[in-house]
Amino acid sequence: MLLIACPWCGPRDEAEFHYGGQAHVAHPDDPAALSDEEWARYLFFRDNPKGLFAERWSHAAGCRRWFNAVRDTATNEIHAVYRVGEPRPVNS
Amino acid sequence: MTADPVADSVAESAAGFVIGRRSPAAAYSDRFAAASAGGAIRLAEIPFLTHLNVRADPASPAAERIGTALGVPLPVEPGVVTEGGGLSVLWLGPDEWLVVGPDGAARELRERIRGAAAGEHVSVVDVSAQRTTLVVAGERARDVLAHGCALDLHPREFGPGRCAQTLLARTGVVLVAKEDGFWVLVRSSFAAYAAEWLLDAVVEYTAVECRG
Repeated sequence: MLLIACPWCGPRDEAEFHYGGQAHVAHPDDPAALSDEEWARYLFFRDNPKGLFAERWSHAAGCRRWFNAVRDTATNEIHAVYRVGEPRPVNS
Repeated sequence: MTADPVADSVAESAAGFVIGRRSPAAAYSDRFAAASAGGAIRLAEIPFLTHLNVRADPASPAAERIGTALGVPLPVEPGVVTEGGGLSVLWLGPDEWLVVGPDGAARELRERIRGAAAGEHVSVVDVSAQRTTLVVAGERARDVLAHGCALDLHPREFGPGRCAQTLLARTGVVLVAKEDGFWVLVRSSFAAYAAEWLLDAVVEYTAVECRG
């Protein structure tokens, strides 16, 4: 089980969290102007790196806040957690 | 909100019958008492406490005024409980608190908070019926909870004045460390499950006949 450090509550078991997929996927400014392919790309296409990946998590059984975490997809090590709205730490 | 579940819970029906109320773990009072007889552990339910969910910007003047009106400041630090005047204010999130007060206080507390909000963007919701309060106290209380809770409950980490929303036996609870034990705030629909689980977890600390 992963131990994930909620930016508000501190380290908690993975079972208390929900996964929210890739972080920092910006909503298009003008969705109506996109082609179907561009809209599908926004909706469905996500990075799938082996290594560091910034992703969203929600502390569902705790403070119920969304936050971001940088996780190594190969080792499951969590390198950084940061609150929504904060930029991704540069060294992770 | 038109109905106040606490204040209206004892009311006369149109036919003139008095409608009683029943707390979610009422059926467990005898078994709680039996499990508490040994003294190492004490289980009980505190029924019908008033729970108000308050949301406000913690940096706003309204948050400060609400603290003043309650006589208890809204805690800003995660996992902290402030207490005073019969009220406990639990930190639930960076802009969310649970005000726990005595039975029947919902309406008056709600008005007090609304008055203090004075038109600012604040939400006050009576959630008294959402959860009931189970008490787990006694010298082995930490051991019992540790059977189903991954948090470090040592007094150094989780002493009186701390609270946490977490999982106890896979059930979402609000744990509150009090001077004389723990409060387990559990959803009403999970109260029977939590009570059964607790009664099972305390067996090794209460079964006198099994000791040597």
